[in-house]
Amino acid sequence: MRILGALFCGTLFGAGLAVSGMINPEKVLAFLDVAAIATNSWDPSLALVMLGGLIVATPFFIWAKTHSNALLGGTVSLPTKRTLDRPLIMGSLLFGVGWGLVGLCPGPAISALSQLQIKSLVFVLAMLSGMALHRGFLRK
Amino acid sequence: MENFTPISALCGGAMIGLAAGLYLMLNGRIAGISGIVGNLASGPRKQQFERMAFVAGLILGPLLVTIVTQSSPAIIINASLPLLVIAGLLVGFGTSLGSGCTSGHGICGLARLSPRSMVATLAFMGSGVATTYLMRHLAGF
Repeated sequence: MRILGALFCGTLFGAGLAVSGMINPEKVLAFLDVAAIATNSWDPSLALVMLGGLIVATPFFIWAKTHSNALLGGTVSLPTKRTLDRPLIMGSLLFGVGWGLVGLCPGPAISALSQLQIKSLVFVLAMLSGMALHRGFLRK
Repeated sequence: MENFTPISALCGGAMIGLAAGLYLMLNGRIAGISGIVGNLASGPRKQQFERMAFVAGLILGPLLVTIVTQSSPAIIINASLPLLVIAGLLVGFGTSLGSGCTSGHGICGLARLSPRSMVATLAFMGSGVATTYLMRHLAGF
């Protein structure tokens, strides 16, 4: 059942990326390119995607505060770390640089594989290598 | 702002939020894509199948939208292959080091008012905007 739950949520997530247009890196870059405000060609869509996502997701996270068991079994596990440390900030800054270079972040990159474009496959393979590289550092 | 699509952005965003919320309620997990993808090859086998199912869904979702709407969503990647490799490495390394991406920090983290996620979201939004500016308006890509 938990596997079906994950499949359903993943599918809904991927469908949301397609409907919102966030699966398209050009649209993401059109948001990040805030200088386009000057020429009236800025695309604020990504901000509304986040707003819509936050409005709907928040009640579930409030529910999670008082519930420790997931409906399909197992426990509700939330991150417990609270410190604002260097890895968090350095990692997020590096991620933003990669995101701003081509307009792809992990979710849309995976969803874009649905169209079998060689470019999205190359990006995903590089992304997996980057993750493995960091995990390799951790092991040392 | 001729490219602004507020209705589809809000609807698609709501679907993403619902997916993240349901994953928390049903499976008890944070729908952070970088974490799910990064842990595909590690962890207990039972959770591995769940992660694989979620990733399969991410690919299935857009196909389902294509069938329902009778048109495939635009995916325009203008970046060159070498640039995609550099960006992919940065995104992979950065999200692993920073424990999250746009979904884990940007949606789930902000929804639970996590200070770490607020800082992370400001950081990647800031460096993303700065990088896009450099690329488009100074480097001329």
